Amino acid sequence: MGETLVPGSEAEACAMVAAARADGRHLAIEGGGSKQMIGRPVAADAVLSSSGLTGITAYNPAELVLTAHSGTPLPEIMAAIAEGGQHLAFEVPDYGAMLGTNAAQTIGGIAATNLSGPRRFVAGAARDALLGVRFVNGRGEAIKSGGQVMKNVTGLDLVKPMAGSWGTLGFITQVSFKVLPVAPTQATLVISGADSHEATALMARAMATSCEVSGAAHVPQALAARIPGLAPSGSATLLRLEGFADALAERIARLRPQLKARLDMAELDADASKSVWSALRDVTPFADGTRSPVWKISCAPSAGHRIVAAIEAMRETEAYLDWQGGLVWLRFSGERPDAALVRQALADNGGGHATLVRATETVRRQTDVFQPETPALTALTARIRASFDPDGVFANRCQIGASGMRAA
Amino acid sequence: MTAIQFLAPDMAVIARRAQIVAGLEAILSPDSLVSDPRELVPFETDAFTAYRRIPLAVVLPRDTAEASAVMAYCHQNGVAVVPRGAGTSLSGGAIPQEDAVVVGLSRMNRILEIDFDNRVARVEAGVTNLAISDAVAADGFFYAPDPSSQLACTIGGNIGMNSGGAHCLKYGVTTNNLLGVKLVLTDGTVVEIGGKALDSAGLDLLGLVCGSEGQLGLITEATVRLLAKPEGARPVLFGFDNAEVAGACVTEIIGSGIIPVAIEFMDKPAIDICEAFAHAGYPMDVDALLIVEVEGSDAEMDAMLARIVTIARKHGVKSVKESQSATEAAQIWKGRKSAFGATGRIADYICMDGTVPLGQLSHVLKETYRIVDSYGLRVANVFHAGDGNMHPLILYNVNDLEEAEKAEACGLDLLRLCVDAGGCLTGEHGVGIEKRDLMRHQFTVVDLDQQMAVRRAFDDERLLNPSKVFPLDMNERKAS
Repeated sequence: MGETLVPGSEAEACAMVAAARADGRHLAIEGGGSKQMIGRPVAADAVLSSSGLTGITAYNPAELVLTAHSGTPLPEIMAAIAEGGQHLAFEVPDYGAMLGTNAAQTIGGIAATNLSGPRRFVAGAARDALLGVRFVNGRGEAIKSGGQVMKNVTGLDLVKPMAGSWGTLGFITQVSFKVLPVAPTQATLVISGADSHEATALMARAMATSCEVSGAAHVPQALAARIPGLAPSGSATLLRLEGFADALAERIARLRPQLKARLDMAELDADASKSVWSALRDVTPFADGTRSPVWKISCAPSAGHRIVAAIEAMRETEAYLDWQGGLVWLRFSGERPDAALVRQALADNGGGHATLVRATETVRRQTDVFQPETPALTALTARIRASFDPDGVFANRCQIGASGMRAA
Repeated sequence: MTAIQFLAPDMAVIARRAQIVAGLEAILSPDSLVSDPRELVPFETDAFTAYRRIPLAVVLPRDTAEASAVMAYCHQNGVAVVPRGAGTSLSGGAIPQEDAVVVGLSRMNRILEIDFDNRVARVEAGVTNLAISDAVAADGFFYAPDPSSQLACTIGGNIGMNSGGAHCLKYGVTTNNLLGVKLVLTDGTVVEIGGKALDSAGLDLLGLVCGSEGQLGLITEATVRLLAKPEGARPVLFGFDNAEVAGACVTEIIGSGIIPVAIEFMDKPAIDICEAFAHAGYPMDVDALLIVEVEGSDAEMDAMLARIVTIARKHGVKSVKESQSATEAAQIWKGRKSAFGATGRIADYICMDGTVPLGQLSHVLKETYRIVDSYGLRVANVFHAGDGNMHPLILYNVNDLEEAEKAEACGLDLLRLCVDAGGCLTGEHGVGIEKRDLMRHQFTVVDLDQQMAVRRAFDDERLLNPSKVFPLDMNERKAS
């Protein structure tokens, strides 16, 4: 890839995109580069970087909203809202260790990739917290959608497709995120020794109670052994509760009998609980220094363990469940991604989508990293992309099918 | 009121009416088509009753296949389509026009699947909002968004307008509780977006469709998230001497790290109206009321309410009424929930809907009174304060043409006020025809062009829900 363009303002970004469009050049959008290794490799003429657009523009804890320029490093955002006793409720994951990179994430990158952590299944995804965006489309025009208020949508909600667009629709210049108070404390109930079928039932039972469980995961023993804070005597089924200390004790006491578990239960204190859920969020059990394939599979909660079983029947793998079973993190050893196997297991078990989050560049060039969709949706998606970027100025890391050198 | 214009009806389509009706008859079961002029009258408007247009015909499909057949037919014949749920839109989102076919989803009202293990319900679009919660209540679950019209309004309409309700401060609006839809595209193609899995494979089309006001397709089915009911819920009533102080109290409650499940606000005129109607026991010697509701176990609610009461006292709250029983809780909510009905007994009103940043509540209230006063009108404010969603009810006499026009102009001024304060034209009622011409106040031409470009990606001929959402000149049908 050639030069890196670093606009210092939204107007400058507009001019750069318009110039690239006029010259028929292609731009790869980049924030901190922390997720550069996810998606189809693209060959663009230049990188368009948000690193020159930094700083928090508005934050008042009483309004529950933070607005910042897209290139603002995530740690700066986290520090500012932590001072206000708040956080991004969807739990921003950091795949750096798993992907093998130290690059810092940016707040714009969080919006553009719509990645969320363990609390997502109760508190919503990044896309739910993203209240407003400003971006430059492929015509070099500055566009605003959404706003800085809780009920933010007037007209068509372009914030939603921008969230998770992976730089294919526009260059995000500013974001507004909803921020919420951090619960004073947390604890995690650990049930040891359940098989994945039993664990799925336990998690469903927990979510049917009024105990406000905010994390529900199941980790087999071999993976649990790699998570600091867990000392498992078998598999670990984890249920997190957050709130005020008094209320928490009472909710845990209420939850225990409702689980009807015949297995050992233990409790993690706040520190251990935080450390365990960070590990699950950041997929550190697969931070092994390799580029062996790691899949992220989103499915119905009751289907996760069946999908794993269907894959395991064909090939040795390691996997754990989050989101009550609706999120499967799965690793193969070696290089082969076996996309067909993974997606068949998914299709046979109610559907959803599977993303190859980690693989070598060669593998990513030959594999559909993102889930292929039906022809009707593929055609519709192509028309929507064209409505943002008619000439394909922005490199398409989400391309499905044969990977050309240049994707539009 | 006649200030809001519609697109000029396509006379060529109207001239072909008999042929179009016959064409629809040929592809539908007999009871799915309404074409008798007298029977079309109930479909001439929605809850924005000042505007009425008799549609060309009405189709009430029994299933997605029929809905798809109608869409395909209308697409082939260049006929506009207006989707309709229960017709409870307050912004005119379901008002038809003379050259359009209404597709009403009221007969598609089956709950298709309830799946507690995955905490989802799959329903047809014509199911009412409350019917979903009712169907799962015995098992301890509910569907969270709760618009005031939940007894009547349909889930399809809720998705179209991205509806909210009193409890979305904690649970979010429709878009945060929707997992999938079956969508009939304008040419009749049926697509499934989302399902029981979270997030989307490619672009977030589900998020785009939610709140699109029937501009992108016809929703025939939805998969929605179910939640376990809280252990308990308890409202507390606060009376303040002045509305601005009440607004400041809301800001401080939120800023202190407490997110109640609801914070509702009523000003003096609203209190008077509601109390006279509902006898809810509201204090009459205050200028503003807050209803703050918390959820959890008794111990949790005690602790949270204690902190909230402390904040209210700091702001000089004049009266505090905590509910000690379910009956008392219901009593507190009774007045609030009857606000619109009670207002309708004393005057005609327009219910406005805009959103402002929480820090602007006091300022916006003060300006609201000034603006309404300048028109010589009266206003009652009853709204969702926790998320800054204002609902000024402008009182007027519908038979006084001059006053009616004033009320409409005043309402638009109040929406401009919301935008100028850093907010939005809409909270949860949508743009419809009501706010369409204000879109340029919130958005630049380029912003709107991008939205229109996305709309064209779904509906290049612009046959879906004409005259809505976008300023009329942008809305013109594509020249054939």
